[in-house]
Order: sequence, then C-alpha cells, then structure tokens
Amino acid sequence: MFINRLIFLYILFFSSFVSADLNIKNWKTPNGTQVYFVENHSLPIVDVNVMFGAGSVRDSKETNGVASMTNHLMFSGSAGLDEQELMNSFADIGAQVGSNFNRDQSSFSLRTLSEEKSDAIKLFKLVLHKPNFDKEILEREAKRYVANIAQAETMPEAIATKKFMKSIYGEHPYGLPSSGTIDSINRIKTANLKKFFKEFYVANQADIVIVGDVTKKEAETIANDLSIGLPLNKNIKAIPDVKQVKKQEIRISHPAKQAHLYYGVPIMKRNDPDFFPLYVGNHVLGGSGFGSRLTYEIREKKGLVYSVYSYFMPLFKKGPFEVALQTSKDQVEEAMGLIKTTIQDFIDKGPSESELQASKDNIIGGFALRFGSNQKIMNYVSMMAFYNYPLDYLKTYTKKINAVTVDQIKTAFKKRVDLNEFSTVIVGVDER
Amino acid sequence: MKLFKFLFLLLLFPIAGNTTVHKHSLDNGLKIFVKEDNRAPIVVSQVWYRAGSLDEVSGKTGVAHLLEHMMFKGTKTTKPGEFSKIIAAAGGRENAFTGADYTCYFQQLEKSQLPISLKMEADRMQNLVVSEEEFAKEIKVVMEERLWRTDDNPKAQANELFNTIMFHAHPYGKPIVGWMNDLENMTHKDAEEWYKNWYGPNNAILVVAGDVKAAEVFKMAEKYFGKIPPIVLPERKPQLEPIQNGTRTSILKAPSKLSYVQMGYRAPTLDKNSQITSKDQFALEVLVGILSQSSSARLTQNLVRDSRVALNVGAGYSMVNRGNESSFELYATPSETTSSSDLIVALKDELNKIKRDGVTDEELKRVKTIVIADDVYQKDSVFNAAMQIGQLETQGYSHEILEDYINNIKKVTSKDIQNAAIKYFTDDTLTVVTIDPQPLDTSKPKKGKPHVH
Repeated sequence: MFINRLIFLYILFFSSFVSADLNIKNWKTPNGTQVYFVENHSLPIVDVNVMFGAGSVRDSKETNGVASMTNHLMFSGSAGLDEQELMNSFADIGAQVGSNFNRDQSSFSLRTLSEEKSDAIKLFKLVLHKPNFDKEILEREAKRYVANIAQAETMPEAIATKKFMKSIYGEHPYGLPSSGTIDSINRIKTANLKKFFKEFYVANQADIVIVGDVTKKEAETIANDLSIGLPLNKNIKAIPDVKQVKKQEIRISHPAKQAHLYYGVPIMKRNDPDFFPLYVGNHVLGGSGFGSRLTYEIREKKGLVYSVYSYFMPLFKKGPFEVALQTSKDQVEEAMGLIKTTIQDFIDKGPSESELQASKDNIIGGFALRFGSNQKIMNYVSMMAFYNYPLDYLKTYTKKINAVTVDQIKTAFKKRVDLNEFSTVIVGVDER
Repeated sequence: MKLFKFLFLLLLFPIAGNTTVHKHSLDNGLKIFVKEDNRAPIVVSQVWYRAGSLDEVSGKTGVAHLLEHMMFKGTKTTKPGEFSKIIAAAGGRENAFTGADYTCYFQQLEKSQLPISLKMEADRMQNLVVSEEEFAKEIKVVMEERLWRTDDNPKAQANELFNTIMFHAHPYGKPIVGWMNDLENMTHKDAEEWYKNWYGPNNAILVVAGDVKAAEVFKMAEKYFGKIPPIVLPERKPQLEPIQNGTRTSILKAPSKLSYVQMGYRAPTLDKNSQITSKDQFALEVLVGILSQSSSARLTQNLVRDSRVALNVGAGYSMVNRGNESSFELYATPSETTSSSDLIVALKDELNKIKRDGVTDEELKRVKTIVIADDVYQKDSVFNAAMQIGQLETQGYSHEILEDYINNIKKVTSKDIQNAAIKYFTDDTLTVVTIDPQPLDTSKPKKGKPHVH
C-alpha cells in the first residue's frame, strides 16, 4: 500500500557501513567450511546462513537453470521426508527458512527461537545434506519455471534486464538468464541436480554465518553439524574471467507506455583495487538517490523519471556497472542523452570537493545503521564471508572511505569507465 | 512494493506490546510515542499525518501522494532538496510513503542526530512552500510513477480495478496514486490546499524508536513542535459502502502470457473502541495464516502442489484500517492448463471446505506457534516497531491493542473460523477481477529482432 518517493536500492554492495566494534569471530570447521560468528544475546533468536558458490555462473548454455533449480528444490523434501512434512516440521517449532540465489551464490537461511535451536538445526541439516530431488517434484516445478519464464517474456523490465546481461557478457555464464530458458529447463533431469549438488554444495567451499543467541562453543557445534556430512570437492572449477565483448545497441518494441533503459558494461569485481574510489565516486554520480547527480539532472531538474540510478555490482569476476531508468517512450532519447553527458562530465571532471565530502559524511555517518538488527548484521557479515573479505575490513573501512580524494576518483573513473564500451538496451521504443 | 489498499502482511503477526511505549501529548495536539531499544546506537523517527487517499475528493485523487513528494521541495527557509541533503550529511536515510489511511515521513539516524530530524520535520509541518515551478516538475515525476507502478503492470491494474468495483461509495475505491486524468489536471493550488487542510500538529503523530530516553525525546519535541499552532480540520464523513447484493466481476485485458485472478469478500475491521466483539476478525486473521502464511499452508499445498491448478496463490486480510471497510482476498495465477474460471471454482472450493469442516487442530496449533515465534522475531526491527505504533494510532486505534493480540489469536477455535467463513464468504459480497491475457502486438516486425549497431 505504500507509494515511496524513491525505490529503495539496498543492494548488498551498498551495505558498506561498518561498526568497528562489531565483534566477528572466524574459524574453519575440520572439513574446511569458513565460519563467521557474531554473538548477541539481546534477543532469544538464532540466525544461520549457509552459502555455496553455486549460483548461475556455474551453468553452461546446455545446463542453464540447473543451478537455480537445485537451489529451488532444496526445501522440497529431505532424507525421505516429503516436502509437506519437512515444511510442517519447521513451522511446528516456529522456525523460518529461506533461500537466496543469484549469479554467484546459492544460500539457505534459518531463523529460530533459541529454545528450539537444536531441533531446528537438525532439520536444517537434513535440508542441506540430504535433499530428495524427487523426479515428480522436479517435473512440477519445471512447469512452473517454464510458465514464469514465458510470463517474463511479456514484461518490459524482465525483457530488458535479460537482454542487457546477454549484451554485456556475450558467452560468459554471467550473461545467461539465471533461471534458465524454456528449452534448457525442459532438459533438466534429477541426475543433473544430484551431480550439481555433489560438485558445488561442498563443505570445503561453503561459508556459514551464525548471528545471535548462542555461545561460541554452541556456534562451533552448529557449524560442525552443518558442515560435516556435506560433500567434499577439492577440484572445483574456476569461474572464467570476463572478456570484453563488442558493445551493442538493442531496441525492442513493446506495448507498454514507458520505455525501460539499461546502459552499462562489466567493470568491477570483488576485492577490486579501485573499489573505494569507484564506490565513493558512484555514490556521488548515481548511487545515493536524491543526493546524486543522475537523480538531480534527470528527475529533479527535468521531471523525466521516477527512478534513475547507477551502481557497480561487484561479483567474483567483473560485475556490471549499470545505469537504468524508466520513462515515457517519447522522452527516452532525451533521458539517454542526459545520462551520457552526466556520466561523461563526471569522468572528465570528477566530483567537486563538497560533493565528495557530502558522500563521505553520508557513508561514514551512516555506519551504525548497518548494524541496527541481527538481520542487518547477518546480511553484512554474509557478504564479507562469501567474498573472503579480510577480517580487518571493518576496522579500516571508514579510514579508507575518508582517504578517498577527488583525484583518485577521477583517475579511477578515467581508467575504468569508458562510455565507448557501454551497451544500451531499450525496451519499449517510441513507435512514431 | 505492491500497491494494496491494506497493509496485509506486516500486521498479520505484530509485535506484542510487552515492552513499554511511552506516550505524551503537546498542548497543540501533537501526540508522541517513544519506544526505547538500546541494542544499537541508532534512532528511527517517523511523523505520521492522518491524511491519505481516504480523505481525497473526486477530481483530486492522488493529491495526498503528490503532496508527499512536495514535502521535499523546500520551506520558507530551506531550498528544494535541502531536507534530503541535510539528512544525508548526518549519515541518515530518509523517505516517505502514502497510503489510503496516512502519509508518513521517516528518518533513520545515528542516535545523536535526532534533533536535526525533529527540527526539520517541525519546519515542514508549518512552513512548506509549494511553488508552481517545483510542482510542474514533480507532477511529471508522479505521472511517470503511475505509469511504472500501475499502467504498465497488469497485476497492479487488476488491483486498481478490483478496488473500484468493490467500493463504489467508499474512498477505498480510488487509487492512492490517483487517476491519470486527475494528475494531468492537478495544480499547485490543489497541493497547497491539501497541505493547509491536513498538515498540522493536531493531525499528526510523532513516533521515535531506538536508543533514546523518552523524557528527552518529549523535551525535544516540545522545543521544536510546541509552538506550532493547531489547525482547523475539515469534517470527515464516514462514506461507508452500501450493502453489496450480488457478485461483481470484471475482466481486464492486458499484455501477458498468464491469466490472474484477484477475488475478495467484504470483511469487517476491528472496532475502534473495542466495544464490539472481535471474534470474527481474529478468526479471519488466523485463517489467512492457515491458508497462505507459510510454505506449508493450505492453498499452496492443495492448489499448487496437489491439484496443480495454480502456479502461485496467496491470501490477505487486514483487520485494522481507518476507513472501517475491509476485504478478505485471494490472489492466484492459473497454470497453463487451467482456465481462470476453473481456478475460481477451485479457490471457492477451498473456502467451502472451511465452511463445512473448519480447520484441523494441527493447523490451528501450527499457526499459533508461528504467531508467537514471529512476535519475537519482529523485535529485531526497530523500524517495524515504530511502524506499527504509527499505523495503528493514525488509523484511530490505540497501539495498546497489540498487547492483547497474541491472547486473542490463541483464543480462536476451529468453530470460530468456520462461523466467520460461513458469515462472510458469500457470493453476494464477492468481487472478482480476472486478467484476460493479450499477446504483445505481433504486427510490429521489430519485436524480438534487435538490430545491432
């Protein structure tokens, strides 16, 4: 029922607010799972998140959708329990479970009352270790996937994002639709899922994050319980590097009233040496809503859009730098022009000193907000764990933000951001 | 976020009120609620106005939401956009939202920054400047917002249509974002009029939650808001919906591959003064949980997994709102081999089973367990705690009804649910909207054939 003035853009990457005194403990289980633990007894709640490097980047064109379907069927029955029994068992103790899937990651979360934690962990372990991958359920869910993919083909935003990723990644698996295609989904057999599970849902490459009402000793037991028994695989395939592809300009008609525009190119990966200047720079350019230049030029000065933004989404390998907006069809060329001049001007001249200071104030002053709940702590620490951030990342973070200069931003943007390499996708071009 | 009339899910399992909420009123009528939570050094501040699309008149729909946008466009002493800049510089986040029942402005900050937020909210409560120039730009933004949210979104369009046919007299029939033609003809004078009518301390509520001391917040509120004079509020008419005699159905044609069904029955809200029994309302609340709250719930199990007539299905009901009219709704997408009319029959069958057999003890116990656990989980979010207080108080309830929430849920029996189902799920008070999927225009050869430069 809400109509917000601006869409929230809480992408994991923006979660860059850190409280230096957040006490994170880190160790490895005997079979190689990384564990991150934050002890917090203020509420009788335990949160657990288990992450695998098993996102759609592990798909090929032929197996596209296997990664997603594996993730999707993990709660559909385990160790002989059928899906209904399993879900009822969680509900009966008031535990909540969830899963998350993106290009790099497949992860599973559990939230339980501390008094129910031992039963909840037992069930959660079954989910993670002994998925049924039932044939009949696969057939049913494949039908649902196919229907949803077909439906997405009618939605301008979905059409545009799919085309955009394909256009900037070419044959790299980041360019594949993360839920597969109708053809590739129809090809999936349970054997594919079982093989995928054995190859990628492995202890030696998993990360477990535990937050909340348990002691370190209890956390160790939980981590061991969840880790020991998972498959091991010492020869996990490396993710291929992203190769630059020829830029494309794609325009697709659609009966919608607005055109959806996506503009960008792969630029930054996790632990990138230019992370800080690029991140702070983009905060000024298009990453901070009303404070940012893109919003000012295109929304506040011209009233052309409800939402416009830019972001770097760093992945294991180069993730997209993406600029996007929606506007009435007859305004899309004007908006495109403004995006280009605004970004080019930023590359040439960088931010002003006062803009830079404003962004630093916002990022540093907003530190504490990132840790206002167990859920937020979980989100942030999970990101650190999954992408192997150093533990002192938190302690040095504000210092590094504060040290960024206008020149560094200019240099980094000049070196890394070149509009001549950007692809453009517009769905819903003006028919006139 | 979906644009439903009522906030279904947030309130389904609210926090209990067993942590104290401190309350205070200023002489000018501003009510203040403070919830202390010192887990982290942060604070949430929300100013709620009892003004939403519920209070709009024909021809001026969308003005509540438009004014929400204008509230960021400067006051007598601040420039357009300055509010946002100051909050950003303080490390804060801020935004606003408009509903049928209210408009809310909020900031999240490090705790020492609370005075900045209160000072600026007090300023825009009394000194807003609605300039013609800023209005001209912002109304374009809002029209783009409407296109994005509703016009190009078949399910949102279906929901808009659903509301208009369920509520003929009651203002819940009007879209919060406003009709496009009303937006096209809106002027800065309309926005100014709205502001003058509804924005004053005696029509507002301040909620502060986080690592603060109530006494200090009250003092601060007195300092910044205390001198604002109260306003004379326009009279509010109840505008209750007449009795519905017969199913209302409508079809929406929209570009889509799949069909979609939204159906709902008129349903009661909690009585504002707790004078009238609330058995039915709590029974319906529990029923929503049994039908669709968890992934083990009935509708998904029966219609998605077993009979497979639906790809997705859900239910919603809100027992609290300001307008005293609610609905019990079901949403579903038929599978490719199922017609929307067969799906409607299947959905009705599920409700008929409830009428005939009630629910099982196991289901009842399970949903109560979930409610009690969720009550604890909700405590993790300071923002939600503030939301619930602000929402209930603006709607005309006391936030104290939260204290009895769990007890009332615990009391619900299968018989109560059965009785409520029999009473409310009748074809005479049913409204159904179906999406009739249309192909994207295939006459245009460009479609699907991108040309590459």
